Amino acid sequence: MTSLTFSQALNTSLRDSMERDDKVLLMGEDIGKLGGVFRITDGLQKDFGQHRVIDTPLAESGIVGAAIGLAFRGYRPVVEIQFDGFVYPAFDQIVSQLAKMHFRSRGNVKLPVTIRIPFGGGIGSPEHHSESPEAYFAHTAGLRVVSPSNPQDAYTMLAQAIADDDPVIFMEPKRRYHTRGEVDTELVPEPGSLYRANVLREGRDLTLIAYGPLVKTALDAAEAAVDEGVDIEVIDLRSIEPVDFETLTASVRKTGRVLITHEASISGGIGAELSASLTERCFDHLDHAPVRVTGFDIPYPPAKLESHHLPDLDRILDGVDRAMRRNPPLVGEDG
Amino acid sequence: MRLRLAGALRPTGMPRLFPQSMQRMLTVSLTFDSPAPEETENYLQVVAPDGTRRPCPELDEWVKDLDVPALEKLYIDMACIRRLDMEGTALQRQGELGLWAPLLGQEASQIGSGRALEHDDFIFPSYREHGVAYCRGIDPHDLLRMWRGAAPSGWNPYEVNMANQQIVIGAQTLHAAGYAMGLKFDGSQAAAIAYFGDGATSQGDVSEAMVFAASYQAPVVFFCQNNHWAISEPVSTQTTGYIADRAAGFGLATWRVDGNDVIAVMAATRAALAHVRTGSGPAFIEAVTYRMGAHTTADDPTRYRDALELEEWAAKDPLDRIAAHLGGLGADLEELKQRTEKATNDMAAGLREAITSMPDPEVEDLFTNVYSHPHPRLDEQRENYANYLSGFAQEAEAAK
Repeated sequence: MTSLTFSQALNTSLRDSMERDDKVLLMGEDIGKLGGVFRITDGLQKDFGQHRVIDTPLAESGIVGAAIGLAFRGYRPVVEIQFDGFVYPAFDQIVSQLAKMHFRSRGNVKLPVTIRIPFGGGIGSPEHHSESPEAYFAHTAGLRVVSPSNPQDAYTMLAQAIADDDPVIFMEPKRRYHTRGEVDTELVPEPGSLYRANVLREGRDLTLIAYGPLVKTALDAAEAAVDEGVDIEVIDLRSIEPVDFETLTASVRKTGRVLITHEASISGGIGAELSASLTERCFDHLDHAPVRVTGFDIPYPPAKLESHHLPDLDRILDGVDRAMRRNPPLVGEDG
Repeated sequence: MRLRLAGALRPTGMPRLFPQSMQRMLTVSLTFDSPAPEETENYLQVVAPDGTRRPCPELDEWVKDLDVPALEKLYIDMACIRRLDMEGTALQRQGELGLWAPLLGQEASQIGSGRALEHDDFIFPSYREHGVAYCRGIDPHDLLRMWRGAAPSGWNPYEVNMANQQIVIGAQTLHAAGYAMGLKFDGSQAAAIAYFGDGATSQGDVSEAMVFAASYQAPVVFFCQNNHWAISEPVSTQTTGYIADRAAGFGLATWRVDGNDVIAVMAATRAALAHVRTGSGPAFIEAVTYRMGAHTTADDPTRYRDALELEEWAAKDPLDRIAAHLGGLGADLEELKQRTEKATNDMAAGLREAITSMPDPEVEDLFTNVYSHPHPRLDEQRENYANYLSGFAQEAEAAK
């Protein structure tokens, strides 16, 4: 075990993957000498050279499109998109090309491309630097979408994503980059465990589902709820697509209540999909409709207002109270 | 008007010993680990770094009117935006701004072009054009509120004929092309101008913007400040040749100028504007300049940039050059210094006052302006959040 920050765990994972497989290469803006604006690739170009750690021109569509070409040729590219809000120029290459190539080629062409996206808010940035675009990708068949919440998962899940033969969108919660934790780099994960949810805290009364940046907030909320007599089970979703419904339904059938929290807007978000699917799968076990505590349906706000937009401990507890029927329902909802 | 392809790349200063192609060959063959050919040989220049006036047939006619008072005004403008920039960085360091993108070194490019524009011309900037915004007379509050994190943007674009800052690299160039198509369809004499950097030229949007502008012969000037660095990536990551050459390939009239020479920039911008106003199609200016500061206050250029390169560019400073030129013309530099000091101090005081008097945004602002008319679901969210917040107020009241 080594004590690593979230970002060091990612850096170590990239290094180890590159050492294991010489077809793994990194592409992105400023990832070479600078080591990326978040320093995730720090020192890698020095050690692996400019053909394996490639500073690309400023063109996200170009980066992903070229990564597809490299994958065609047998490489295993790991792409860094500098910030969440800059992924959209690459949207066509991701959605129309990367996601569909395996299907279009009748399974002949595999594109093991990993797209790393630092995402989410809470760091006081200007616009386009704090977004949560995961639902766009989860909605697209052919893409797998995962998000680690702690240094160990950052290390393990990134290595698994790179080794996966399908394209993986790897959502990194940038405001947790400095979180420190014990990381076992020798750990051999079970096959398929990249797409498993993780029950982080067991509880009887309510299932609280979070991923990425809000997992820590969810755990804090569960601790705070103890004082209010509510025993919360916290699940780190880890894989946004595919969803580990086996773990989720077992929990919800036990607790009868579910709360989903994410930073992204509520309409058409991951919470909507989980809420509908869990209702379908657990309807007879539910004591209350699933509750969602999320960002509002607004463009990401300026830094001085972001604390209102981002779900925090109090807003999650407010949602818990509604699920427990301690609070009146929201405007527009039934009691 | 003819395309300026050859003209723009012709030497403007000292006579050459060899034709350009041969010179490039020599440079490459004689130098181990050869750097790019010396750039100063390949752009238009009116005033050399030491302040001497150079004859420049391509540009001279466009700046015949610039007498000493006019040049002094350009100097004061550049000093003001340099001060504005220093204050921006200082305010960020003091926690008053969330971020700042320094323009240091690019004063001539921004003032030279900004002062060439007419009021009706419409500007589509990136995020570093504080100097162009200054030329538009934008209020300090409006200049700073986005950087303070207090609002999504600063000014009303229609009040100043300048779109809000664009952070997504190169996206604004298409907006300029479209705006210019509208100008043409309307029979307007105004022009659009897009500002962007060397890094942006790699974005598909920028190429597409040139395609649209050329296809519809739209009155738009693409103004590329080649400041040599896109965060940590040198311009050689974006192109192996001259950026201006690429524009020529799209059929745009093209000028490559010394971006630290305010007179050359002004001349080229006037020429480009005149070209597009005559309906001769879009134009492109590559202003060769240098980002003396960091990409933003969140960046540390010492990780990737050689200090010697900074020194080299410091010797081409846009302000020193015009001061030396004015000295040569017999201007009273002492008196100019005093006027400059007053103007820059006033500028700094205005910025300070703007920061101290700027109110924090209201929670209500979260939900305002997402749509132009009411949206039922968002209205519910606004109401629910207000109820949620008032619950805290009631609890606090009850606890008293």
